[in-house]
Amino acid sequence: MLLSYDWLSDYLKINLSPEDLGEKIERTSVEVDSVFKRSDGLKKLVVGKILSIEKHPDAGHLNICQVDVGNDEPQQIVCGAPNVEVGKKVIVALPGARVGGNIKIKKAKMRGVQSNGMLCALDEIGFPKEIVPDEWKDGIYFLPDDAKVGDEIYSYLGMNDSLIDLDVTPNRGDMLSLRGAVYDLGAVLDQKVDFDETSEPSKGDEFSADSIKAEANESLAPIYQLKVVKNVDVKPSPLWLQIKLWNLGIKPINNVVDITNFVMMKLGQPLHAYDLDQITDHHLEVRKAKQGEKITTLDNQEHELDDVDVVIADAKKPVALAGLMGGLQSSVTAKTKNIVIEAGVFDPVLTRKMAQKELLHTDASQRFERGVDKGNVENALNYAAGMIQKNTNGIASKDVVTGSMETVNPVKIAITVTKINHVLGTSLSEADVISIFKRLGFGIEKQTDKLLVTIPTRCWDIKIDADLYEEVARIYGYDNILSTLPITTTTEGGLTPKQKLIKKSRQTLQGMGLNHAISYSLTNADKAKMFMINPSEETILQWPMTNDHSVLRMNLISGLLDDIAYNQARGVVDVPFYEQGRVFFRNSNDSRPIEVEHIAGAISGSLFSSTWNKKSEQVDFFEIKGIVAKYLETLSLKDQISFVPNDKIKEMHPGRTALIKLGDEIVGFVGQVHPTIASQFKIKQTYVFELDLDKLINADKTEQQYQIVSSYPSIKRDIAMLIDQQVTNEQIYAIIKRRGGAFLKDITLFDVYEGEHVPNGKKSLAYSLTFENSNETLKDDVVNNAVKKIEKYLQEELKVEIR
Amino acid sequence: MSLKEDLETIKQTGLQEVTAASDSKALNEIKVKLLGKKGPITKALRGISQLSVAERPIVGSFANKVRDELTDAINEKQTQLEREILNKQLASETIDVTLPGNNIPMGHPHVIQQVIDEIEDIFIGMGYQVLNGPEVEEEHYNFEMMNLPKNHPARDMQDTFYITKEILMRTHTSPMQARALQQHDFNKGPLKMISPGVVFRRDTDDPTHSHQFHQVEGIVIDKHITMADLKGTLEVMSHKLFGDKFKVRVRPSYFPFTEPSVEADVTCMNCEGKGCEVCKGSGWIEVLGAGMVHPNVLKMAGVDSQEYGGFAFGVGPDRFAMLKYGVNDIRDFYLNDLRFLTQFD
Repeated sequence: MLLSYDWLSDYLKINLSPEDLGEKIERTSVEVDSVFKRSDGLKKLVVGKILSIEKHPDAGHLNICQVDVGNDEPQQIVCGAPNVEVGKKVIVALPGARVGGNIKIKKAKMRGVQSNGMLCALDEIGFPKEIVPDEWKDGIYFLPDDAKVGDEIYSYLGMNDSLIDLDVTPNRGDMLSLRGAVYDLGAVLDQKVDFDETSEPSKGDEFSADSIKAEANESLAPIYQLKVVKNVDVKPSPLWLQIKLWNLGIKPINNVVDITNFVMMKLGQPLHAYDLDQITDHHLEVRKAKQGEKITTLDNQEHELDDVDVVIADAKKPVALAGLMGGLQSSVTAKTKNIVIEAGVFDPVLTRKMAQKELLHTDASQRFERGVDKGNVENALNYAAGMIQKNTNGIASKDVVTGSMETVNPVKIAITVTKINHVLGTSLSEADVISIFKRLGFGIEKQTDKLLVTIPTRCWDIKIDADLYEEVARIYGYDNILSTLPITTTTEGGLTPKQKLIKKSRQTLQGMGLNHAISYSLTNADKAKMFMINPSEETILQWPMTNDHSVLRMNLISGLLDDIAYNQARGVVDVPFYEQGRVFFRNSNDSRPIEVEHIAGAISGSLFSSTWNKKSEQVDFFEIKGIVAKYLETLSLKDQISFVPNDKIKEMHPGRTALIKLGDEIVGFVGQVHPTIASQFKIKQTYVFELDLDKLINADKTEQQYQIVSSYPSIKRDIAMLIDQQVTNEQIYAIIKRRGGAFLKDITLFDVYEGEHVPNGKKSLAYSLTFENSNETLKDDVVNNAVKKIEKYLQEELKVEIR
Repeated sequence: MSLKEDLETIKQTGLQEVTAASDSKALNEIKVKLLGKKGPITKALRGISQLSVAERPIVGSFANKVRDELTDAINEKQTQLEREILNKQLASETIDVTLPGNNIPMGHPHVIQQVIDEIEDIFIGMGYQVLNGPEVEEEHYNFEMMNLPKNHPARDMQDTFYITKEILMRTHTSPMQARALQQHDFNKGPLKMISPGVVFRRDTDDPTHSHQFHQVEGIVIDKHITMADLKGTLEVMSHKLFGDKFKVRVRPSYFPFTEPSVEADVTCMNCEGKGCEVCKGSGWIEVLGAGMVHPNVLKMAGVDSQEYGGFAFGVGPDRFAMLKYGVNDIRDFYLNDLRFLTQFD
C-alpha cells in the first residue's frame, strides 16, 4: 500500500521530511518498507517539443526528429516510436541522462545518423509496466501542451511526490486508505483532522430504483448498495487524477473506473462500475455461483466457478466475482452511456477463500479480507457518483438502491486507567489516557470507576480492552515505556535431566572429533526409510513443495550421507559428522507420528587430515565402534552394552555391522555403509552409527560409587591362543571373565593375527590379564591357578590351542 | 724439602692437572693418580711417622686438607664436564618449535546450536525453564489455540505443510505456549519458560527463506507482568547476544496471539545505525516479534485472563546467526559444508 506524501499534506500540517514521517509511521502504526519518489535515480530528463520529423533514409521505422529542448539549436534525436508527432511536448533524455533501470543515455549514431538523446515512453523512465495507461503502452508519452520546454519533467508527472510504502498488517485494514491514514497520523501528530468527504449533490430527478433492482443475502454481503449515473462521457481521466492513481500503483483506465479506484484509495471503500445497458433485466443479485458457471474477468482471465465462489449476477449470468473483480462483458468502455455503481461489504472469509481459489488477489479483495468501514459505504457510493457526475458530464440519480444493509453499531469498551498502567507498566493519569483517546477521535464517557470508550466504525478492528492498550501504547510511544524486568516469586531455571544429557552427548561427540550437522527433517521417500531397525509407516506431506522434502525422516544417517556427499563433491574428503534430532515413526492406525530423539554419526575419510609428522588413518569399523563405546561409557551404560553381528540392515555392509544392545533391547547399530549405497550417495567408504537416544536417556544408569584403589601390586599374565576363525572375541572374553576368579580385574586384547605361521582357517589372539587383590599381596600360586582354570575352559568350550 | 712443602707442591700441580683435564676419563685418571692408594698423598702420609710428635698432627691435618681440596676440585670439574656434555646434547636436540602441533580431532558445534545455547543460558539465568514441544503438531494447537481460527488472514503469513487436515508440521514454536499454559499450576508460582526448536514453512528455499528453520519461543505469565517488563527482557537478551552498544527499539506489529503486538529492532550490526544496504538505510534490523499474550490465548488454555497476564516473544536463531556473523544465505546452515561449519567455534 502506497501513501502519497503530497496527498497527506492536503489534510495535515506535516513538519517532517518524508523519511522522518515514514519512521514515525513505523514506530506508531505499521511497518514501512520504503520511502521513494518515482523520480529517484533519474537525471537530465527535460520537456522537449518536436519541431520536425524526417524519415530515416536507411531504416523505415526510425524517424529523425528535431527537438527544441530550450537550447539555441534544436536537438537531433532519432526515435523509433510509432506515435511521434510534430508540435507535441515530449520527454527528452539528454545525453548523460539516467533513465529507468539506471541506464545512461549517450550520444550515438543510429544506422549512420547522429542521435543526441532519446524520446521516452513512460516505462522507459521507470514506470512499472502495469501502471502505464494503455493509451501510452506502445509509444512515447506526450506531456501537457503547456509544459515549458527545457523544464525537468518530474513535476508534470507527479514524480516528485514522496511515496511511503506500507506493509499493512491484517489488523490495520484502516490504513489502506488516505482517510484512515490521515485520522491515524492526526492522532500521532496530535492534530485535529478535518477530512471533508461531502459529496457533490445529484443533478438528476431520476431514481436508481427505476433502473436497477438489487438483491443480496447478508451472509454473503452484509451491505450491498447501487447507484445509477446516466449519460456519462467515458474518456481518459484528467492528468491530475491519472497522476494520483499511478503514484499509488494503480493503472489509469478511463474516467469512470479511475474515479471508483480514486474513491477506494481515498475513502477505503472498494467500488465497481457496470455498464448498465449490459445488465440483463437490470437486476443485480449477490449469490453463490452455480457449478459450472463461467465468467471472464477484466484481466481477460476465464474462471470456472463452483460454490466456493460468490458472484454478482444479472438475470442470466455472473457479471462480477464478488469483492474481487468485475466481468469483462459488463465493464465500462468508451461506448458506455449509463452506469451503475456498486458499493458493498463482502464477507472476509468468503472473499479470502475465493481469492485463493481463483488466484486473484486484488486491491478490492485485500480490503474486504481485512474488513472495511461499514459505517461509510453509502457515503462512499454517493461521493463516487458525485465525482463521476462532475467529471463525465453525467447525471446521477437521486437515491441509492439497497440490496442488504446490516445494522452497524459502534463498539463500546469499558476500561480503567489502573488496568492500562497495570498492563503497560506505565503511570499514566486519567487525563493522559483521555487525551490519547480524544486524539484518536474516540468517544469517552466517564463513569464512576471506569471509562466507557466508543470506537468509531472506521476503526473496526478495535473490539476488546487489549486493543485499547495497544492504542494507548503506540500513541504514548513505545520509546516512552520504561524497560524493567518481571518481578515475580523466584523461579527455578534450568535444563531437565534429559536436556542435560542431550547437551552432554553433543559435547562428547564433538570432543571426539565429530562436527555437529543440522540436516532437513523432510526428505524424499527413499531416504526417509533407509537405515531402519524396526519397520514403521512413513509420514507423508499432503502438499510438499518438492519431492526432495516430502516425507518425514525415520533415520538421521541418510541426511548425514547427503552432507558427506556435498562436502566430498567439493573436495573436502575427510568428513566426520554427528547429528542429534528427531525421527518420526508412525503406526498404521495413527495419523500422527511418534517423535523419537536419535543421535547418529558418520565418518568418511579420516577423523583428521595428515600433517607433516603424522599420516592420517582412514576410519575403520573399530574407530567408529570406539567412538560409540566411549560415548556410551560417558552415559554410564558401559556394563549393559553389547555389540551383536548383524546382516539384516540392507543399507549396511553385512559383514561389518553390529547391532548395539542395551541389556536385551536393541538401541542402535554401528558399521560400514553398504558399498552400493555409498556409491548411490556418491560418497567414499563411510562408517556410521545411529542410536535411539530416548532409550539411552531412559535406561537405568550404572550407579557411580568410588572403589578403593588397591595399595597392593597387581600381577599381569598374558594368554595367547590359536583358534578357529569363526570364534568371536566376545565368546573368548566371556569365558575368561566368567572363569577368571575374584581377582581378575581387567582383560585386554592386545594382538590379533592371521596369515603366515598360522594354519588356514585359524587365527591367533593374545590377551593380557590383570589380577589384583585390594586386601593383601597376591600370591603367584593364586594367579597361576586362575590362569590354568581359564585355559582349561577355553580349551574345553572353544577348542582353543594355548600357545 | 719438608713433608709439608711436598704436600703443598702436590696440591699445586694436582690442581693444575684437574683444571687442565679435558674429559671425564682424563679426570678419573688424575683422581686415581692423586688420591689413589699409590698416590702422592697416601705416600706422604706414610712419612708422617718419621716426624716429631708435635709436628705429626699439624702435617696430618694439612695432608687431609690437601686431599679434601683436591677431591672438591675434581668433583667440581666432573660436574662442569657433565654439564658441558648435556648442553652439547641439548643443543643437538633443538627443533623448530614453530612447526605446527599435532592435529587433535575436535568437532565444531553447529552455529545455530551455539546461538540457541546462548539464548538458553541467558534465560536460564533469569529463572526460565526450557520446554521442548512436538515438531509435528495438531492444527488445533498450532493455530486455533493461538487465536488463529480457520480462514484467519494471518494464516497466510504461515504457509503450512499439512500431513492430514488436523496434523501439520508446526509453523512456529508458539503452540508450546498453549501446552505450557494448560499444564502449569499457577498456585506454584509464575510460568516462565522458553521453548527452542525447529519449525517448518511451505516456502521455496532461497537466500532468505528456508522451509526449515529454528525459533525460540518465550512466555512469562503471572499476576503483574507488563509491557515494560517485555521491553526490559528483550533488551537484556539483545545486549547479551549482540553487545551493549546495540540499541533496541520496539514498534507496533500484529500477531493474532498477542495484543498489543510489537516487533523489536536492534541497531544494524553492519553500519552501527548509520544506515546501509543491510538495513535498507533505516539503521535498524528487525530481530523478533513479541507482545502481551492475547486474552483469548489465556482463556482457551484455561487461564483466568482477568487475573493473569504476561508477555510472549519469538526469536529466530537462524536470523540472529545471519546478523551476528554476516551470513547472507540461510541455506548455508543446512548444507553442512565443513568449510562453513568449522568457521564457528
